[in-house]
Amino acid sequence: GSTLVVAEHDGGAIRAPSLSALTATTCLPDSGSSVSLLLAGSGPSLHQAASHAASCHPSISQVLVADSDTFKSPLAEPWAKLVHMVQQRGGYSHIIAASSSFGKNVMPRAAALLDVSPVTDVTGISDSHTFVRPIYAGNALCTVRYTGAGPCILTIRATSFPAPQKSVDSKSNEASISQVDLSTFDEDLGKSRYISQTTQEDERPDLGNARIVVSGGRALKNAENFKLIENLAEKLGAAVGATRAAVDAGFVPNELQVGQTGKIVAPELYMAFGVSGAIQHIAGMRDSKVIVAVNNDADAPIFQVADYGLVGDLFEVIPELLEKLPEKK
Amino acid sequence: MKIMVAIKRVVDYAVKIRVKPDKTGVVTQNVKMSMNPFCEIALEEALRIRESGLASEVVAVSMGPAQSVDTLRTGLAMGADRGIHVEANGSLYPLSVAKILKKLVEIEKPGLLILGKQAIDDDCNQTGQMTAGLLNWPQGTFASKVVLDKEKQVVTVDREVDDGIETVSLNLPAVITTDLRLNQPRYATLPNIMKAKSKPIKKYTPEELNVEIKSDLEIVQVTEPPKRKAGVVLSSVDELIDKLKHEARVI
Repeated sequence: GSTLVVAEHDGGAIRAPSLSALTATTCLPDSGSSVSLLLAGSGPSLHQAASHAASCHPSISQVLVADSDTFKSPLAEPWAKLVHMVQQRGGYSHIIAASSSFGKNVMPRAAALLDVSPVTDVTGISDSHTFVRPIYAGNALCTVRYTGAGPCILTIRATSFPAPQKSVDSKSNEASISQVDLSTFDEDLGKSRYISQTTQEDERPDLGNARIVVSGGRALKNAENFKLIENLAEKLGAAVGATRAAVDAGFVPNELQVGQTGKIVAPELYMAFGVSGAIQHIAGMRDSKVIVAVNNDADAPIFQVADYGLVGDLFEVIPELLEKLPEKK
Repeated sequence: MKIMVAIKRVVDYAVKIRVKPDKTGVVTQNVKMSMNPFCEIALEEALRIRESGLASEVVAVSMGPAQSVDTLRTGLAMGADRGIHVEANGSLYPLSVAKILKKLVEIEKPGLLILGKQAIDDDCNQTGQMTAGLLNWPQGTFASKVVLDKEKQVVTVDREVDDGIETVSLNLPAVITTDLRLNQPRYATLPNIMKAKSKPIKKYTPEELNVEIKSDLEIVQVTEPPKRKAGVVLSSVDELIDKLKHEARVI
């Protein structure tokens, strides 16, 4: 078999979720023999990302670069056509992307163009055509087999396929970089346009990859109080998360939401303050290694998944933690 | 302009699901079923667009067994003008649903197709994107804001993406899938529930639509997720810090 990884890049490097997609290829029996990585975009950062890709993972044998302004923004319409075109030429047995907002947007569309049922949000690989994915907000696990003739199209949950911490820079292992011939690319231009993206800029680690996540719920009461969570996160070098209730109440922006329809996280330590533990929230953090819950309601469902529970007032507990916790190294 | 909305009947979001002992699926007999919450948001958005005068008709579509009609009636009670039920028994995977939707779009010719971004049973998050691909329509997925410009025949969509909000502008006709924060769906009032009983629901079968339901997926088994071991309740912050340092060794 041969695998195509549809990768995202940012600032001249492959993004972490796409590195997880590469990890997933190594779980496919004998499909890891030939891995091609597809990158698209334009300008110097694309080519920087391509050279990063060529040496970032020993399993990559080829980097395919689609250099065009069409792919400058992550619009699904041209991207899906690109994946379709590259598949028609390469005849891959598997196409894999991360289950990021990009992968979720593009891959099912590409799959439809190829007349294939994709398997999305995969958390486990049993064999080359059998995969495990959570259903019902993670309250059940479904093992599904792809029986079609076309390529097997997957999006993988990044937290289930951790990327190696340090990139391998064995120069001997460098993959070849080749340009995708776009002369026959017939994308109907102009049906969709990218307008803008607003991003919360901060110094904190990325929620999806952080070693520690400190999370707050509705009990924080307002945005001002939520700063307590941020202060604690800063002290621990942690990322900040929130429940849907906290996001809906306007305490924090939506990209901090942890849960079934928000971010899925699996840090070493997840600390939940004033989080009741709705199943939709638990779906987003249940794979964390150690879970701490602080809540004044001893019956809150969050305590059923917490390794360490503390029944108490978070407005007393957090200041005490801030005072007593050691400074981050 | 006509708006088509796809709605799915799923196990109610408040039900604690149980996996069948033979691992073939989850128990759905004698379990409360409702409209998928994301589909409610999709329908609500369509109704608001119609109420603002930018659309003339909202058509709700559902697929599945006979009971899907109950879900369609809920949609009609919320305010959809009419319904379409495509009766199909057995598993319907998103690719088949997308093919059926494509046929219905060709019949009904809506200017906008709105769907929930995912169903809370299979959590697939595929159908909108796949339908848009088959139709060669632009797509605005995970929408948290939708602004329609009827004159320019353009819809501007704010999308919830991993690192913030992305805004795209799409030519009509287009597909939109809805995220949680787009709106708060209304409840059906009793008079509207009564009125919904006389609204028309047209029936099709996949055969009549010339869609072959073939599946390239097979469910091997459905199991319960591994349980987390029961934790301990601590009595003080000092104890918590001690445990995190010396037992869990995470700080």
